Amino acid sequence: MLSSADRQEQFAAAILDAGRPIPIGLWTPPGADRQERFAVYRNNVAVGLIEALRSSYPVVDRLVGGAFFTAMARMHALAHPPRSPVLLDYGGDFPAFVAAFEPASALPYLADVARLEWAWLEAYHAADAVALTIEDIRGIPAEAALHLRLTLHPSVRALAFTHPALTIWRGHQGQNDPAELSIDDDAEHVLVARPEADVATMILSAGELRFLDAITLGGTLTDATEAAVAAQSGIDIGDLLARLFGIGAFAGFSIAAPPIPGESR
Amino acid sequence: MTPAPDRAAFSAGERSFPCPRAQPDLGWTSHAGVGLKPQHIGDIIAQQPQIGFFEIHAENYMGAGGPPHRHLTAIRERHPLSIHGVGLSLGAAAPLDTEHLERLAALVLRYEPALISEHLAWSSQDGRFLADLLPPAYTPALLRQVIDHIDQVQSRLSRRILLENPSTYLTFEESTIEETEFLDEVARRTGCGLLLDVNNVYVASINLGRDPSAYLAAFPLSRVGEIHLAGHASRLDANGAPLLIDAHDRAVAEPVWALYRWVIDRLGPTPTLIERDADIPPWPVLYAEAQRAQDLMTALPGDALALVR
Repeated sequence: MLSSADRQEQFAAAILDAGRPIPIGLWTPPGADRQERFAVYRNNVAVGLIEALRSSYPVVDRLVGGAFFTAMARMHALAHPPRSPVLLDYGGDFPAFVAAFEPASALPYLADVARLEWAWLEAYHAADAVALTIEDIRGIPAEAALHLRLTLHPSVRALAFTHPALTIWRGHQGQNDPAELSIDDDAEHVLVARPEADVATMILSAGELRFLDAITLGGTLTDATEAAVAAQSGIDIGDLLARLFGIGAFAGFSIAAPPIPGESR
Repeated sequence: MTPAPDRAAFSAGERSFPCPRAQPDLGWTSHAGVGLKPQHIGDIIAQQPQIGFFEIHAENYMGAGGPPHRHLTAIRERHPLSIHGVGLSLGAAAPLDTEHLERLAALVLRYEPALISEHLAWSSQDGRFLADLLPPAYTPALLRQVIDHIDQVQSRLSRRILLENPSTYLTFEESTIEETEFLDEVARRTGCGLLLDVNNVYVASINLGRDPSAYLAAFPLSRVGEIHLAGHASRLDANGAPLLIDAHDRAVAEPVWALYRWVIDRLGPTPTLIERDADIPPWPVLYAEAQRAQDLMTALPGDALALVR
Protein backbone atom coordinates (compact mmCIF):
# COMPACT_ATOMS: atom_id res chain seq x y z
CA MET A 1 0.00 0.00 0.00
CA LEU A 2 1.16 3.52 -0.75
CA SER A 3 2.26 5.68 2.15
CA SER A 4 0.33 8.94 2.55
CA ALA A 5 3.35 10.87 1.28
CA ASP A 6 3.82 8.66 -1.80
CA ARG A 7 0.10 8.77 -2.50
CA GLN A 8 0.07 12.57 -2.47
CA GLU A 9 3.27 12.88 -4.52
CA GLN A 10 1.86 10.55 -7.17
CA PHE A 11 -1.45 12.44 -7.18
CA ALA A 12 0.25 15.85 -7.49
CA ALA A 13 2.60 14.68 -10.24
CA ALA A 14 -0.32 13.32 -12.29
CA ILE A 15 -2.22 16.60 -11.84
CA LEU A 16 0.67 18.74 -13.08
CA ASP A 17 1.53 16.47 -16.01
CA ALA A 18 -1.54 15.45 -17.98
CA GLY A 19 0.72 13.14 -20.01
CA ARG A 20 1.10 10.84 -17.01
CA PRO A 21 -1.39 8.05 -16.34
CA ILE A 22 -3.81 8.74 -13.49
CA PRO A 23 -2.69 7.34 -10.11
CA ILE A 24 -3.33 3.72 -9.21
CA GLY A 25 -5.63 2.81 -6.33
CA LEU A 26 -8.35 5.39 -6.99
CA TRP A 27 -11.89 4.38 -6.18
CA THR A 28 -14.94 5.59 -8.09
CA PRO A 29 -18.44 4.14 -7.99
CA PRO A 30 -19.40 1.47 -10.53
CA GLY A 31 -20.27 3.05 -13.87
CA ALA A 32 -18.35 6.30 -13.31
CA ASP A 33 -15.61 7.37 -15.71
CA ARG A 34 -12.48 7.32 -13.55
CA GLN A 35 -10.38 9.28 -16.05
CA GLU A 36 -12.96 12.05 -16.09
CA ARG A 37 -13.15 12.12 -12.30
CA PHE A 38 -9.40 12.61 -12.01
CA ALA A 39 -9.56 15.19 -14.80
CA VAL A 40 -11.74 17.34 -12.51
CA TYR A 41 -8.72 17.81 -10.23
CA ARG A 42 -6.41 18.47 -13.19
CA ASN A 43 -8.84 21.07 -14.44
CA ASN A 44 -9.42 22.69 -11.03
CA VAL A 45 -5.68 23.14 -10.50
CA ALA A 46 -4.96 24.43 -14.01
CA VAL A 47 -7.95 26.80 -14.05
CA GLY A 48 -7.19 28.04 -10.54
CA LEU A 49 -3.64 28.98 -11.46
CA ILE A 50 -4.49 30.33 -14.93
CA GLU A 51 -7.21 32.57 -13.48
CA ALA A 52 -4.85 33.77 -10.75
CA LEU A 53 -2.43 34.86 -13.48
CA ARG A 54 -5.22 36.40 -15.57
CA SER A 55 -6.42 38.51 -12.65
CA SER A 56 -2.85 39.74 -12.08
CA TYR A 57 -2.19 40.45 -15.78
CA PRO A 58 -5.46 41.85 -17.19
CA VAL A 59 -3.81 44.00 -19.88
CA VAL A 60 -1.60 41.16 -21.12
CA ASP A 61 -4.81 39.13 -21.30
CA ARG A 62 -6.47 41.82 -23.43
CA LEU A 63 -3.44 42.28 -25.66
CA VAL A 64 -3.14 38.61 -26.62
CA GLY A 65 -6.81 37.58 -26.26
CA GLY A 66 -8.36 35.16 -23.77
CA ALA A 67 -7.61 31.88 -25.57
CA PHE A 68 -3.96 32.76 -26.20
CA PHE A 69 -3.55 33.90 -22.60
CA THR A 70 -5.06 30.66 -21.30
CA ALA A 71 -2.62 28.57 -23.34
CA MET A 72 0.37 30.70 -22.35
CA ALA A 73 -0.59 30.82 -18.66
CA ARG A 74 -1.25 27.07 -18.57
CA MET A 75 2.26 26.31 -19.80
CA HIS A 76 3.74 28.63 -17.22
CA ALA A 77 1.51 27.51 -14.32
CA LEU A 78 2.02 23.77 -14.74
CA ALA A 79 5.77 24.15 -15.20
CA HIS A 80 6.12 26.72 -12.40
CA PRO A 81 3.35 26.21 -9.84
CA PRO A 82 3.29 28.59 -6.85
CA ARG A 83 5.78 28.00 -4.06
CA SER A 84 3.44 29.55 -1.49
CA PRO A 85 -0.30 29.36 -0.72
CA VAL A 86 -0.47 33.15 -0.93
CA LEU A 87 -1.60 33.54 -4.54
CA LEU A 88 -1.23 37.34 -4.26
CA ASP A 89 2.48 36.61 -4.53
CA TYR A 90 2.12 34.23 -7.48
CA GLY A 91 3.21 35.28 -10.95
CA GLY A 92 6.28 37.43 -10.33
CA ASP A 93 8.21 35.21 -12.73
CA PHE A 94 5.53 35.41 -15.43
CA PRO A 95 7.00 38.48 -17.23
CA ALA A 96 10.28 36.60 -17.78
CA PHE A 97 8.30 33.64 -19.12
CA VAL A 98 6.37 35.97 -21.45
CA ALA A 99 9.63 37.52 -22.68
CA ALA A 100 10.93 34.10 -23.69
CA PHE A 101 7.59 32.76 -25.00
CA GLU A 102 8.27 32.34 -28.70
CA PRO A 103 4.62 32.38 -29.91
CA ALA A 104 4.25 35.90 -28.40
CA SER A 105 7.37 37.30 -30.09
CA ALA A 106 5.24 39.31 -32.54
CA LEU A 107 4.35 41.54 -29.56
CA PRO A 108 7.82 42.68 -28.41
CA TYR A 109 6.32 45.07 -25.83
CA LEU A 110 4.29 42.32 -24.09
CA ALA A 111 6.89 41.49 -21.43
CA ASP A 112 7.30 45.19 -20.56
CA VAL A 113 3.55 45.51 -20.05
CA ALA A 114 3.64 42.36 -17.88
CA ARG A 115 6.43 43.85 -15.74
CA LEU A 116 4.40 47.03 -15.31
CA GLU A 117 1.32 45.04 -14.24
CA TRP A 118 3.37 43.14 -11.67
CA ALA A 119 4.82 46.39 -10.29
CA TRP A 120 1.27 47.80 -10.10
CA LEU A 121 0.17 44.76 -8.08
CA GLU A 122 3.18 44.94 -5.78
CA ALA A 123 2.40 48.61 -5.14
CA TYR A 124 -1.26 47.79 -4.48
CA HIS A 125 -0.38 45.24 -1.77
CA ALA A 126 2.71 47.02 -0.39
CA ALA A 127 3.00 48.01 3.25
CA ASP A 128 1.17 51.21 4.19
CA ALA A 129 3.10 54.31 5.22
CA VAL A 130 2.33 58.02 5.49
CA ALA A 131 3.82 59.87 2.52
CA LEU A 132 6.26 62.67 3.22
CA THR A 133 5.18 66.14 2.05
CA ILE A 134 7.46 68.89 0.81
CA GLU A 135 6.56 70.78 4.02
CA ASP A 136 8.25 68.06 6.06
CA ILE A 137 11.67 68.94 4.62
CA ARG A 138 11.24 72.67 4.05
CA GLY A 139 12.98 73.67 7.29
CA ILE A 140 16.19 71.80 6.50
CA PRO A 141 19.11 74.24 6.05
CA ALA A 142 20.63 74.29 2.59
CA GLU A 143 24.00 72.82 3.63
CA ALA A 144 22.28 69.90 5.40
CA ALA A 145 20.01 69.34 2.41
CA LEU A 146 23.05 68.25 0.43
CA HIS A 147 23.29 65.26 2.78
CA LEU A 148 19.57 64.53 2.83
CA ARG A 149 18.71 60.88 2.38
CA LEU A 150 15.12 60.36 1.28
CA THR A 151 13.46 56.99 1.92
CA LEU A 152 11.16 55.76 -0.80
CA HIS A 153 7.59 54.85 0.10
CA PRO A 154 7.27 51.03 0.39
CA SER A 155 4.95 51.00 -2.63
CA VAL A 156 7.36 52.76 -5.01
CA ARG A 157 8.76 50.89 -8.00
CA ALA A 158 10.91 52.56 -10.68
CA LEU A 159 11.07 50.56 -13.90
CA ALA A 160 13.19 50.85 -17.03
CA PHE A 161 11.47 49.66 -20.20
CA THR A 162 12.52 49.33 -23.82
CA HIS A 163 8.96 49.93 -25.08
CA PRO A 164 6.21 52.50 -24.32
CA ALA A 165 4.68 50.20 -21.70
CA LEU A 166 2.74 52.86 -19.79
CA THR A 167 1.06 54.29 -22.89
CA ILE A 168 -0.04 50.79 -23.91
CA TRP A 169 -1.18 49.97 -20.38
CA ARG A 170 -3.18 53.21 -20.03
CA GLY A 171 -4.77 52.62 -23.43
CA HIS A 172 -6.24 49.35 -22.13
CA GLN A 173 -7.76 50.51 -18.85
CA GLY A 174 -11.23 51.30 -20.24
CA GLN A 175 -14.01 48.86 -21.07
CA ASN A 176 -13.43 49.12 -24.81
CA ASP A 177 -10.34 48.45 -26.83
CA PRO A 178 -8.50 51.66 -27.61
CA ALA A 179 -9.01 53.21 -31.00
CA GLU A 180 -5.68 52.59 -32.76
CA LEU A 181 -3.09 53.52 -30.13
CA SER A 182 -0.48 55.75 -31.64
CA ILE A 183 2.74 54.54 -30.10
CA ASP A 184 6.24 55.25 -31.23
CA ASP A 185 9.26 53.17 -30.37
CA ASP A 186 10.35 55.43 -27.55
CA ALA A 187 11.16 53.61 -24.36
CA GLU A 188 9.17 54.76 -21.34
CA HIS A 189 10.53 54.57 -17.83
CA VAL A 190 7.84 54.49 -15.20
CA LEU A 191 7.38 55.21 -11.53
CA VAL A 192 4.58 53.37 -9.70
CA ALA A 193 3.46 54.48 -6.22
CA ARG A 194 0.49 53.94 -3.90
CA PRO A 195 0.79 56.39 -1.00
CA GLU A 196 -2.95 56.13 -0.16
CA ALA A 197 -5.71 54.00 -1.68
CA ASP A 198 -4.94 54.44 -5.38
CA VAL A 199 -1.98 53.29 -7.41
CA ALA A 200 -0.49 56.18 -9.40
CA THR A 201 1.95 56.07 -12.30
CA MET A 202 4.23 58.65 -13.91
CA ILE A 203 6.72 58.72 -16.76
CA LEU A 204 10.39 59.16 -15.87
CA SER A 205 13.11 60.43 -18.17
CA ALA A 206 16.40 58.53 -18.31
CA GLY A 207 18.01 60.97 -15.85
CA GLU A 208 15.03 60.81 -13.51
CA LEU A 209 15.24 57.04 -13.46
CA ARG A 210 18.94 57.27 -12.51
CA PHE A 211 18.00 59.71 -9.74
CA LEU A 212 15.54 57.20 -8.28
CA ASP A 213 17.97 54.31 -8.69
CA ALA A 214 20.51 56.28 -6.62
CA ILE A 215 17.89 57.00 -3.93
CA THR A 216 16.95 53.31 -3.91
CA LEU A 217 20.58 52.41 -3.25
CA GLY A 218 20.62 54.75 -0.24
CA GLY A 219 22.33 57.68 -1.92
CA THR A 220 22.00 61.27 -0.67
CA LEU A 221 20.29 64.02 -2.62
CA THR A 222 23.73 65.04 -3.84
CA ASP A 223 24.59 61.50 -5.01
CA ALA A 224 21.26 61.18 -6.79
CA THR A 225 21.56 64.57 -8.46
CA GLU A 226 25.07 63.76 -9.72
CA ALA A 227 23.84 60.44 -11.15
CA ALA A 228 20.90 62.15 -12.84
CA VAL A 229 22.99 64.94 -14.37
CA ALA A 230 25.56 62.42 -15.64
CA ALA A 231 22.78 60.65 -17.54
CA GLN A 232 20.89 63.76 -18.64
CA SER A 233 22.55 67.15 -18.60
CA GLY A 234 20.21 70.03 -17.86
CA ILE A 235 17.76 67.88 -15.89
CA ASP A 236 15.50 69.98 -13.61
CA ILE A 237 15.89 68.33 -10.20
CA GLY A 238 13.60 70.88 -8.51
CA ASP A 239 10.78 70.00 -10.88
CA LEU A 240 11.44 66.26 -10.41
CA LEU A 241 11.33 66.59 -6.61
CA ALA A 242 8.07 68.52 -6.82
CA ARG A 243 6.52 65.78 -8.94
CA LEU A 244 7.88 62.99 -6.70
CA PHE A 245 6.53 64.68 -3.56
CA GLY A 246 3.28 65.30 -5.41
CA ILE A 247 2.81 61.60 -6.16
CA GLY A 248 3.80 60.62 -2.59
CA ALA A 249 7.02 58.80 -3.48
CA PHE A 250 8.80 59.27 -0.15
CA ALA A 251 8.04 58.00 3.33
CA GLY A 252 10.88 59.40 5.43
CA PHE A 253 14.28 61.04 5.47
CA SER A 254 17.52 61.30 7.41
CA ILE A 255 20.46 63.67 7.25
CA ALA A 256 23.70 61.84 6.54
CA ALA A 257 26.80 62.99 8.43
CA PRO A 258 28.75 65.30 6.14
CA PRO A 259 32.02 63.80 4.90
CA ILE A 260 35.12 64.74 6.85
CA PRO A 261 37.00 67.47 4.95
CA GLY A 262 39.89 66.07 2.96
CA GLU A 263 38.51 62.53 2.95
CA SER A 264 37.51 61.27 -0.44
CA ARG A 265 33.87 60.33 -0.80
CA MET B 1 -7.97 2.33 15.75
CA THR B 2 -4.33 3.13 16.40
CA PRO B 3 -3.72 4.70 19.82
CA ALA B 4 -3.20 8.45 19.97
CA PRO B 5 0.38 9.63 19.87
CA ASP B 6 1.70 11.25 23.02
CA ARG B 7 0.63 14.85 23.23
CA ALA B 8 1.75 17.84 25.23
CA ALA B 9 -0.64 19.05 27.92
CA PHE B 10 -1.87 22.02 25.92
CA SER B 11 -2.61 19.99 22.85
CA ALA B 12 -4.71 17.47 24.73
CA GLY B 13 -7.49 19.27 22.99
CA GLU B 14 -10.55 18.15 24.85
CA ARG B 15 -9.28 19.85 27.98
CA SER B 16 -7.85 22.90 26.25
CA PHE B 17 -10.77 23.60 23.96
CA PRO B 18 -13.94 22.48 25.70
CA CYS B 19 -16.87 22.18 23.35
CA PRO B 20 -19.84 21.85 25.69
CA ARG B 21 -22.34 23.16 23.16
CA ALA B 22 -22.62 22.79 19.44
CA GLN B 23 -22.55 26.56 18.88
CA PRO B 24 -21.42 29.10 21.41
CA ASP B 25 -23.92 31.91 21.81
CA LEU B 26 -22.13 34.60 19.85
CA GLY B 27 -24.74 37.21 20.68
CA TRP B 28 -25.38 37.84 16.99
CA THR B 29 -28.66 39.30 15.76
CA SER B 30 -28.39 37.08 12.70
CA HIS B 31 -26.56 33.82 12.03
CA ALA B 32 -26.43 34.15 8.25
CA GLY B 33 -23.21 35.34 6.67
CA VAL B 34 -21.81 36.03 3.23
CA GLY B 35 -18.38 35.62 1.70
CA LEU B 36 -16.84 39.09 1.37
CA LYS B 37 -16.19 40.01 -2.27
CA PRO B 38 -14.32 43.13 -3.44
CA GLN B 39 -17.22 43.93 -5.81
CA HIS B 40 -19.59 44.35 -2.84
CA ILE B 41 -17.45 46.43 -0.48
CA GLY B 42 -18.99 49.75 -1.59
CA ASP B 43 -22.58 48.51 -1.16
CA ILE B 44 -21.82 46.96 2.22
CA ILE B 45 -20.10 50.04 3.65
CA ALA B 46 -22.88 52.31 2.32
CA GLN B 47 -25.86 50.14 3.33
CA GLN B 48 -24.60 48.56 6.56
CA PRO B 49 -26.84 45.53 6.03
CA GLN B 50 -28.18 43.39 8.84
CA ILE B 51 -25.93 40.37 8.50
CA GLY B 52 -24.53 37.87 10.96
CA PHE B 53 -20.94 37.88 9.72
CA PHE B 54 -18.63 38.19 6.76
CA GLU B 55 -16.19 35.48 5.79
CA ILE B 56 -12.88 35.99 4.01
CA HIS B 57 -10.32 33.66 2.51
CA ALA B 58 -7.32 34.21 4.75
CA GLU B 59 -4.82 34.11 1.88
CA ASN B 60 -6.46 37.06 0.09
CA TYR B 61 -5.48 39.28 3.03
CA MET B 62 -1.88 38.20 3.42
CA GLY B 63 -0.47 41.18 1.54
CA ALA B 64 1.41 43.72 3.65
CA GLY B 65 -1.04 46.61 3.20
CA GLY B 66 -3.15 48.47 0.68
CA PRO B 67 -6.87 48.66 -0.09
CA PRO B 68 -7.76 45.06 0.93
CA HIS B 69 -6.77 45.77 4.54
CA ARG B 70 -8.43 49.21 4.51
CA HIS B 71 -11.68 47.63 3.37
CA LEU B 72 -11.50 44.73 5.77
CA THR B 73 -10.78 47.07 8.68
CA ALA B 74 -13.87 49.12 7.80
CA ILE B 75 -16.02 45.98 7.58
CA ARG B 76 -14.59 44.53 10.78
CA GLU B 77 -15.51 47.69 12.70
CA ARG B 78 -19.19 46.89 12.10
CA HIS B 79 -19.47 43.13 11.66
CA PRO B 80 -18.18 39.85 13.10
CA LEU B 81 -15.62 38.17 10.86
CA SER B 82 -14.91 34.57 9.95
CA ILE B 83 -11.43 33.74 8.63
CA HIS B 84 -11.48 30.74 6.32
CA GLY B 85 -8.09 29.41 5.26
CA VAL B 86 -7.55 27.59 1.99
CA GLY B 87 -3.78 27.13 2.14
CA LEU B 88 -2.70 25.36 5.34
CA SER B 89 -2.87 21.91 3.73
CA LEU B 90 -3.91 20.23 6.99
CA GLY B 91 -4.49 16.93 5.17
CA ALA B 92 -0.96 16.77 3.80
CA ALA B 93 1.32 13.91 4.72
CA ALA B 94 4.17 16.43 4.93
CA PRO B 95 4.74 18.81 7.87
CA LEU B 96 2.83 22.09 7.99
CA ASP B 97 4.29 25.19 6.38
CA THR B 98 5.13 27.11 9.57
CA GLU B 99 5.70 30.35 7.65
CA HIS B 100 2.14 30.13 6.44
CA LEU B 101 0.87 29.37 9.93
CA GLU B 102 2.66 32.52 11.13
CA ARG B 103 0.90 34.55 8.42
CA LEU B 104 -2.45 33.17 9.58
CA ALA B 105 -1.58 33.92 13.22
CA ALA B 106 -0.78 37.55 12.30
CA LEU B 107 -4.12 37.88 10.51
CA VAL B 108 -6.01 36.41 13.48
CA LEU B 109 -4.20 38.78 15.85
CA ARG B 110 -5.03 41.77 13.65
CA TYR B 111 -8.72 41.09 12.98
CA GLU B 112 -9.84 39.03 16.01
CA PRO B 113 -12.28 36.85 14.03
CA ALA B 114 -15.24 35.17 15.71
CA LEU B 115 -14.62 32.00 13.69
CA ILE B 116 -11.53 30.40 12.11
CA SER B 117 -11.78 27.45 9.76
CA GLU B 118 -9.77 25.26 7.39
CA HIS B 119 -10.24 22.11 5.33
CA LEU B 120 -9.77 18.39 5.64
CA ALA B 121 -7.76 18.44 2.41
CA TRP B 122 -4.25 18.98 1.11
CA SER B 123 -3.02 21.52 -1.39
CA SER B 124 0.77 21.64 -1.05
CA GLN B 125 3.22 18.91 -1.96
CA ASP B 126 7.01 19.14 -2.09
CA GLY B 127 7.04 22.93 -2.06
CA ARG B 128 4.38 23.32 -4.77
CA PHE B 129 1.01 24.87 -4.00
CA LEU B 130 -1.68 23.38 -6.24
CA ALA B 131 -4.49 25.89 -5.53
CA ASP B 132 -7.13 23.19 -5.03
CA LEU B 133 -8.48 21.27 -2.06
CA LEU B 134 -7.25 17.75 -2.81
CA PRO B 135 -8.66 14.62 -1.18
CA PRO B 136 -6.73 12.68 1.45
CA ALA B 137 -6.90 8.88 1.78
CA TYR B 138 -8.47 8.18 5.17
CA THR B 139 -5.92 5.92 6.84
CA PRO B 140 -4.84 5.64 10.50
CA ALA B 141 -1.45 7.14 9.58
CA LEU B 142 -3.04 10.20 8.03
CA LEU B 143 -5.45 10.52 10.96
CA ARG B 144 -2.46 10.89 13.30
CA GLN B 145 -0.91 13.42 10.95
CA VAL B 146 -4.07 15.56 10.72
CA ILE B 147 -4.47 15.48 14.50
CA ASP B 148 -0.87 16.67 14.90
CA HIS B 149 -1.43 19.44 12.35
CA ILE B 150 -4.54 20.72 14.07
CA ASP B 151 -2.85 20.57 17.46
CA GLN B 152 -0.03 22.65 16.00
CA VAL B 153 -2.43 25.22 14.52
CA GLN B 154 -4.60 25.54 17.63
CA SER B 155 -1.54 25.80 19.86
CA ARG B 156 -0.06 28.57 17.73
CA LEU B 157 -3.31 30.50 17.42
CA SER B 158 -4.46 29.78 20.98
CA ARG B 159 -7.82 29.37 19.32
CA ARG B 160 -10.17 26.58 18.41
CA ILE B 161 -10.57 26.09 14.68
CA LEU B 162 -13.31 24.45 12.64
CA LEU B 163 -12.46 21.70 10.15
CA GLU B 164 -14.50 21.45 6.93
CA ASN B 165 -15.60 18.29 5.14
CA PRO B 166 -14.35 18.32 1.52
CA SER B 167 -16.19 17.96 -1.75
CA THR B 168 -14.74 14.96 -3.59
CA TYR B 169 -14.87 13.37 -7.02
CA LEU B 170 -13.22 10.07 -6.15
CA THR B 171 -11.74 8.29 -3.16
CA PHE B 172 -8.94 5.79 -2.50
CA GLU B 173 -8.73 2.03 -2.21
CA GLU B 174 -6.48 2.37 0.85
CA SER B 175 -9.04 4.44 2.79
CA THR B 176 -10.15 2.40 5.80
CA ILE B 177 -11.97 5.08 7.82
CA GLU B 178 -15.28 6.68 6.91
CA GLU B 179 -15.00 10.44 6.42
CA THR B 180 -17.58 11.14 9.15
CA GLU B 181 -15.66 8.91 11.56
CA PHE B 182 -12.37 10.55 10.57
CA LEU B 183 -13.78 14.04 11.25
CA ASP B 184 -15.32 12.93 14.54
CA GLU B 185 -12.04 11.40 15.71
CA VAL B 186 -10.00 14.49 14.74
CA ALA B 187 -12.47 16.72 16.59
CA ARG B 188 -12.56 14.46 19.64
CA ARG B 189 -8.78 14.26 19.90
CA THR B 190 -7.94 17.91 19.17
CA GLY B 191 -10.99 19.72 20.50
CA CYS B 192 -11.50 21.41 17.14
CA GLY B 193 -15.00 22.01 15.89
CA LEU B 194 -16.40 21.08 12.50
CA LEU B 195 -17.56 23.19 9.61
CA LEU B 196 -20.35 21.28 7.88
CA ASP B 197 -20.45 22.19 4.19
CA VAL B 198 -23.85 20.88 3.14
CA ASN B 199 -23.15 21.46 -0.55
CA ASN B 200 -19.95 19.42 -0.22
CA VAL B 201 -21.97 16.63 1.40
CA TYR B 202 -24.37 16.63 -1.52
CA VAL B 203 -21.69 16.92 -4.24
CA ALA B 204 -19.46 14.21 -2.78
CA SER B 205 -22.35 11.86 -2.00
CA ILE B 206 -23.77 12.01 -5.53
CA ASN B 207 -20.29 11.68 -7.04
CA LEU B 208 -19.53 8.63 -4.90
CA GLY B 209 -22.95 7.03 -5.46
CA ARG B 210 -24.03 7.43 -1.84
CA ASP B 211 -27.04 8.84 -0.01
CA PRO B 212 -26.39 12.37 1.34
CA SER B 213 -28.98 11.83 4.10
CA ALA B 214 -27.07 8.79 5.32
CA TYR B 215 -23.87 10.84 5.41
CA LEU B 216 -25.57 13.55 7.47
CA ALA B 217 -27.10 10.94 9.79
CA ALA B 218 -23.54 9.70 10.49
CA PHE B 219 -22.09 13.21 10.85
CA PRO B 220 -21.17 14.32 14.40
CA LEU B 221 -23.57 17.26 14.34
CA SER B 222 -22.91 18.23 17.96
CA ARG B 223 -19.42 19.37 16.91
CA VAL B 224 -20.62 21.72 14.16
CA GLY B 225 -19.77 25.39 14.71
CA GLU B 226 -20.53 26.67 11.21
CA ILE B 227 -22.35 25.62 8.05
CA HIS B 228 -21.46 26.41 4.43
CA LEU B 229 -23.94 26.55 1.56
CA ALA B 230 -22.93 27.03 -2.08
CA GLY B 231 -23.97 26.26 -5.62
CA HIS B 232 -22.62 23.43 -7.77
CA ALA B 233 -22.48 22.60 -11.47
CA SER B 234 -24.06 19.37 -12.69
CA ARG B 235 -23.38 17.17 -15.70
CA LEU B 236 -23.21 13.57 -16.83
CA ASP B 237 -19.79 12.01 -17.33
CA ALA B 238 -18.73 10.11 -20.47
CA ASN B 239 -20.43 6.97 -19.10
CA GLY B 240 -23.66 8.81 -18.27
CA ALA B 241 -23.03 8.85 -14.51
CA PRO B 242 -23.88 12.07 -12.63
CA LEU B 243 -20.90 14.34 -11.94
CA LEU B 244 -21.33 17.38 -9.69
CA ILE B 245 -18.66 20.07 -9.54
CA ASP B 246 -18.27 22.25 -6.43
CA ALA B 247 -18.16 25.42 -8.51
CA HIS B 248 -19.48 28.13 -6.12
CA ASP B 249 -20.67 29.93 -9.25
CA ARG B 250 -24.46 29.94 -8.83
CA ALA B 251 -27.29 29.90 -6.30
CA VAL B 252 -27.59 27.11 -3.71
CA ALA B 253 -29.49 24.15 -5.18
CA GLU B 254 -32.89 23.12 -3.77
CA PRO B 255 -31.78 19.61 -2.63
CA VAL B 256 -29.00 21.33 -0.65
CA TRP B 257 -31.53 23.68 0.99
CA ALA B 258 -33.59 20.60 1.95
CA LEU B 259 -30.57 18.97 3.59
CA TYR B 260 -29.79 22.27 5.34
CA ARG B 261 -33.29 22.37 6.83
CA TRP B 262 -32.79 18.86 8.13
CA VAL B 263 -29.52 19.93 9.76
CA ILE B 264 -30.78 23.11 11.43
CA ASP B 265 -33.92 21.34 12.64
CA ARG B 266 -31.48 19.32 14.74
CA LEU B 267 -28.82 21.96 15.45
CA GLY B 268 -30.80 25.15 15.93
CA PRO B 269 -29.49 28.49 14.67
CA THR B 270 -25.90 28.01 13.52
CA PRO B 271 -23.59 30.47 11.72
CA THR B 272 -24.38 29.75 8.06
CA LEU B 273 -22.37 31.09 5.14
CA ILE B 274 -23.48 31.62 1.55
CA GLU B 275 -20.28 30.98 -0.44
CA ARG B 276 -19.89 32.50 -3.87
CA ASP B 277 -16.53 32.61 -5.63
CA ALA B 278 -17.33 32.94 -9.35
CA ASP B 279 -19.98 34.72 -11.45
CA ILE B 280 -20.49 37.05 -8.48
CA PRO B 281 -24.04 38.51 -8.57
CA PRO B 282 -24.99 42.01 -7.39
CA TRP B 283 -24.97 42.42 -3.60
CA PRO B 284 -28.80 42.30 -3.15
CA VAL B 285 -28.94 38.85 -4.80
CA LEU B 286 -26.36 37.35 -2.47
CA TYR B 287 -27.87 39.10 0.53
CA ALA B 288 -31.29 37.64 -0.31
CA GLU B 289 -29.79 34.14 -0.30
CA ALA B 290 -28.33 34.76 3.15
CA GLN B 291 -31.74 36.05 4.27
CA ARG B 292 -33.31 32.78 3.13
CA ALA B 293 -30.98 30.89 5.48
CA GLN B 294 -31.73 33.34 8.28
CA ASP B 295 -35.50 33.01 7.71
CA LEU B 296 -35.23 29.22 7.95
CA MET B 297 -33.40 29.54 11.25
CA THR B 298 -35.82 32.14 12.60
CA ALA B 299 -38.76 29.87 11.75
CA LEU B 300 -37.41 27.01 13.86
CA PRO B 301 -39.59 26.01 16.80
CA GLY B 302 -38.28 27.23 20.14
CA ASP B 303 -37.37 23.77 21.38
CA ALA B 304 -35.24 22.88 18.33
CA LEU B 305 -32.02 23.18 20.31
CA ALA B 306 -33.07 20.51 22.78
CA LEU B 307 -32.63 17.84 20.12
CA VAL B 308 -28.87 18.09 20.23
CA ARG B 309 -28.00 19.57 23.57
